[in-house]
Amino acid sequence: MTAAGDRAGAVDPRDDKLLSTQGIRGALDGLATRIRGGDLGAAPVIIGLAVIWAVFQALNPVFLSSENLVNLTMQCAAIGTITLGVVLVLLLGEIDLSVGSVSGLAAAVLAVTFVQFQWNLVLALVAATVAGFLVGLLYGFLYTRFGVPSFVITLAGLLGFLGLQLWVLGDNGTINLPIDSWIVQFAQQMFLPPWLSYVGAVLTAGAYAWVRIRHARRRSAANLVSQSYREIALRSTVLVVFLLAAAWYLNLWRGVGVMFLFFLALVVIMNFALTRTRWGRAVYAVGGSVEAARRAGIRVDRIYLSVFALCSTLAAVGGILAASRLSAVSQSSGAGDTNLNAIAAAVIGGASLFGGRGSAFSAVLGIVVIQSISSGLTLLNLDSSVRFMITGVVLVLAVIVDSISRRTRAASGRA
Amino acid sequence: MSMTHPRVGRARERVLTVRGIGKRFGAVRALTDVDFWVNEGEVVALVGDNGAGKSTLVKVLAGVHSPDAGVIEFDGESVHIDTPADAQELGIATVFQDLALCDNLDVVANLWLGQELVSGSTLDEVDMEERTWTLLRELSAKIPSVRVPVASLSGGQRQTVAIARSLIGDPRIIILDEPTAALGVAQTAEVLNLIERLRERGHGVILISHNMADVMAVADRVVVLRLGRNNGVYNVADITSETLIAAITGAVDFPIGRRMPEPRAAESPADSAVGGAEIIRMPSARRSRGREDDA
Repeated sequence: MTAAGDRAGAVDPRDDKLLSTQGIRGALDGLATRIRGGDLGAAPVIIGLAVIWAVFQALNPVFLSSENLVNLTMQCAAIGTITLGVVLVLLLGEIDLSVGSVSGLAAAVLAVTFVQFQWNLVLALVAATVAGFLVGLLYGFLYTRFGVPSFVITLAGLLGFLGLQLWVLGDNGTINLPIDSWIVQFAQQMFLPPWLSYVGAVLTAGAYAWVRIRHARRRSAANLVSQSYREIALRSTVLVVFLLAAAWYLNLWRGVGVMFLFFLALVVIMNFALTRTRWGRAVYAVGGSVEAARRAGIRVDRIYLSVFALCSTLAAVGGILAASRLSAVSQSSGAGDTNLNAIAAAVIGGASLFGGRGSAFSAVLGIVVIQSISSGLTLLNLDSSVRFMITGVVLVLAVIVDSISRRTRAASGRA
Repeated sequence: MSMTHPRVGRARERVLTVRGIGKRFGAVRALTDVDFWVNEGEVVALVGDNGAGKSTLVKVLAGVHSPDAGVIEFDGESVHIDTPADAQELGIATVFQDLALCDNLDVVANLWLGQELVSGSTLDEVDMEERTWTLLRELSAKIPSVRVPVASLSGGQRQTVAIARSLIGDPRIIILDEPTAALGVAQTAEVLNLIERLRERGHGVILISHNMADVMAVADRVVVLRLGRNNGVYNVADITSETLIAAITGAVDFPIGRRMPEPRAAESPADSAVGGAEIIRMPSARRSRGREDDA
């Protein structure tokens, strides 16, 4: 118990009304209490993922091969980026049903400007991203100005921007992106050399430990309950072992994709914005109670506007990644199951449909589950009809888990 | 109640004075010519039956409604409170009955919501948590942990969090709207203790309550409203709840209109010069005397 001596300052441990968690044991106990109280966190997703992987591995031994897992990470990146945006909107208790269409629109803008108009690639990428941003601003404006439910606005957007995508693409049904352009290379061919992936894994865990230790020092200096160094060491060790093992396994084939890292970087940045900035705090507050947030002086309209804009921008970025990975843009880009997969992934990952709950990492967990199912079913040579049905069932299960845990939380006072 | 000593007397600076406030909603006269004042370190209970105009008066002070007539003076200067932000800037904090807490956020986050401390551009959680503990300890508040979502707190604890939050901007006046409604006995005692702490810290407290026991237990002065008009101002030390209830229900339509007790008038010449003239008047007597004062 390294920090035990400093603890008494803030919390008197003798007062049995006060909760305090001490050390690793306490952390585990706290976790168990939280789960019993309906605050499930990531537990159901991780268990679900383990079950899914075990089942598919039993049905087809190729599933957990490093080749398939490398592909899986690359498939996750594009839709995962879209999911990240959906998580944001869900945090507000709103929804964006049009992310698929917006991603398709962005892909179409990219293809037309880059291939047909021969624009500079960077310019074309900016144009595509800005298209998404503008769509989000429009949603935010309609929502805050007229109070139209986001469900309706984005349902209209789903149709409207699909139409716009078709109009932008014009007569030519499919536009191929040149294979040698760097955006396609980035999405298809760029992998970290093995040594760099190991260095990256160690550096990431090191950065994590450093942030934690600095935080713990400041807290114990202020006489607050802080994480013990032992717990930090344990967490960092687990993290570095996990990252190294994952990197090693992926390196058995092509390695860690740069596009996947890009997605992870977006998630980490978004997590930082949500948990460490006033903007992020305001997002959670609005999701928890709009009226409370308004009375606390938060400019609620700006929060809505920024979140809708960010969501559509991320959808556009996801559309660009998806198009680059296929090196083609067609009328069906962003159509089909893109939309539903992105939303389902956000919900499965733990972003509550009722707002105010979830984290940026929900996007990673959720998209890995969704893509695992889709990849496993593809390996089994099952028809897309079956795939749709199973994805639908998983989505309903996730929402049921969300609703039940919400009820349990209400019963045990954890809202 | 036995703990009357700290309440009577002691010269306190006048913070807020309201004169002749009137407010109409269409054909309804919610407030007519209401006078009201609060000193530092004083708990003023605002009582009255439903529809007496308590909430309207509070909303006027909180900047939710602007009055049709009358003057509001803050620290002796005439002010206009047109928006909730104006009220906050002046130093009038209001804890409404629904508390307006975000259930999904923890105690620290709720306390600092909208006025988070930042270092650089990131939230300074350590500083916020430290100050939260300091504040809660000053209020002798029992909160199990400042890192649990407020949804898991009891009614009294939630009320405590809401009151503590109103203290963040260091307001001069705190308005509590029915803080003990829907609370159990122990929790009510907790909140009443908290109100005593607020008085000790020198805040002026306006307490709206239907519960005469609470009013008698904690208030220094009681202002009775009836049908949108003043119906007497009483010193808690020298009335009974029966008198109060009589005034509230209108059984005493011509209220005793007792002056403030003598110690108050004698306590300081400065105070009686400023406030002496406006101390409790009978509604009927107000007209004539009020004119002289204002002139």
